[in-house]
Amino acid sequence: MAEGMTWSVTDGDKLTQAEIYGEVLSQLGDRYPDLVAITADLASSTKIGRFGKKFPDRFINVGIAENSMFGMAAGLAQAGLRPVVSTFAAFTALRSAEQVRTDICYQNLNVKIISTHAGISFGQAGSTHHCTEDLAVMRSFANMTVIVPADGIETGNAVAAAMEWPGPVYIRVGRGFEPPVNKTQDYGFAIGRAITMREGTDLAIIACGVGVLQAVRAAEILKAQGLSVRVINMHTVKPIDRDAIIEAVKDTRRIVTVEEHNVVGGLGSAVAEVIVESGRACAFRRLGVPDCYSIVGYPEDLYHHYRFDADGIVETVGELMRLEIEEDEDWEDEA
Amino acid sequence: MPLTREEIRGLTKKAWDIRRAIIETTFTCGGSHIGGSLSQTDVLVALYYRYLNIDPARPGWEDRDRFILSKGHGGIGWASVLGDRGYFDKALLKDFNKTGSPFGMHLDSLKVKGCDASTGSLGHGLAIAVGLAIGARLTGKGFRTYVMMGDGELCEGTIWEAAILAGHRKLDNLTAFVDRNGLMIDGPTEQITTLEPIDEKFKAFGWEALTIDGHDFAQIGEAIEQAQAVRGKPCVIICKTVKGKGVDLMENKAPWHYGGLNSDLRDQALASVDRHYRELLG
Repeated sequence: MAEGMTWSVTDGDKLTQAEIYGEVLSQLGDRYPDLVAITADLASSTKIGRFGKKFPDRFINVGIAENSMFGMAAGLAQAGLRPVVSTFAAFTALRSAEQVRTDICYQNLNVKIISTHAGISFGQAGSTHHCTEDLAVMRSFANMTVIVPADGIETGNAVAAAMEWPGPVYIRVGRGFEPPVNKTQDYGFAIGRAITMREGTDLAIIACGVGVLQAVRAAEILKAQGLSVRVINMHTVKPIDRDAIIEAVKDTRRIVTVEEHNVVGGLGSAVAEVIVESGRACAFRRLGVPDCYSIVGYPEDLYHHYRFDADGIVETVGELMRLEIEEDEDWEDEA
Repeated sequence: MPLTREEIRGLTKKAWDIRRAIIETTFTCGGSHIGGSLSQTDVLVALYYRYLNIDPARPGWEDRDRFILSKGHGGIGWASVLGDRGYFDKALLKDFNKTGSPFGMHLDSLKVKGCDASTGSLGHGLAIAVGLAIGARLTGKGFRTYVMMGDGELCEGTIWEAAILAGHRKLDNLTAFVDRNGLMIDGPTEQITTLEPIDEKFKAFGWEALTIDGHDFAQIGEAIEQAQAVRGKPCVIICKTVKGKGVDLMENKAPWHYGGLNSDLRDQALASVDRHYRELLG
């Protein structure tokens, strides 16, 4: 384990996000004796069960009962413990939204929620098991921090960082079979601080989760076409890195957001709020699931279907580049 | 040890004070969930003045017993007890429900000292209590957790999720009360949706279940002591109570789930409570 690191995995590029999460959590169990892991009959699916094998006395499987699980987690936090809860995102954000909001966020309790199978990553399961609403729901809860790691390594970093971050945290994990975008874990991850994956001046893509890999691929294709495209990994959707967004608007004046979420209420909406409030105009498109219940299919096919894969991003960037953006000499004086 | 006659007399006087405080605060705040606050009062008085291991000067004391009012709409009654018990200056209750006051009709654990959990949306308290009870075990602390549910609240599925878990985990450091006043907002519970047999339901989920008169301190005390002695399972005490207890014009009347008092009604209510307690105390 490198100095200063709280976790390490070997062959991290061959593991899914959830597998890295399970491993990292079980390592953090040594560091945090008050860490209690909780699930609702999804120990193996979410990989939280790995912690349970190592620390059976600090592992609680409540059965298929998500609502009381989140209430119980609130009680455990009030008893001075550090609960980490995992189930599928659809159950956290939709079924148990009220327990997460009222029992945990309202009381500002130290509960960390790592939800897997988010977005349309469980594509073949259909919309009952998709969750394209969780970012909208979770970021509307006061006191909640919302993180969407780009890959397994970032998931490990986010989970480790969440342990030292006060109050409730929601970390969204997909099924994560995609290749990683980060090669090593020491790239300076910090909650609330966006990461510039590629510099660029013609347009900026602001992405989270699997959108980051697609954005990086799109930027490579666009580079070959002579375009300089910035790629920003906005892993923390709340609190959002306003400076990175405004800087991108100033430098490029063309913004595309990419997320595996309904385009209503998620990253794209959060970025739009910042831009509009900044008073700086720019060309803007949100890519994601276009306010519908996803069709069934393999995730990568669905990303393509909804045009937030690399091809779709390239297409949208092309549209934005064809727009006439009015030059404004007084730009710096505005807002 | 069963409560002595003197202790029962002391608790009875305290319940008189609390019922008067609930009426006074309802008058000043414009309206409250007065019916259920009056039905829960005697159990809360027994807990806060006799059985809970607490120190109002240290509301965050880690080893304190916990109490959760899962029927959070009884907040005005709970706050009346907490204020009287010394968690805060009870004169602050004159601002109950007022803009910016720490006291709303459902108490906020971050604003009200002594309030161990923010409740109000029904069906949440038992699960939180289960978390506290498991937490007491994991941290090796000896505190007990008490939770009071409304009877209408037993319609909520989360209560039964948590009941399964408490039974499975054999949480004998957990005691639940049901304020069985028989009325929900729209009428008698058994007319709207059958809850009985409540005791048999809990027993089937692995609990000990006791049924008592929730206004009789001797029975309340005996049941709490019995619950504390149960080993290997949680215990529920079903408290048969009267909604609006002590105020003749409110007793057993569903519309007094929530209501306001003008000065005439306040005077009538206070007179009724005073009459009730003068008879009781002789």
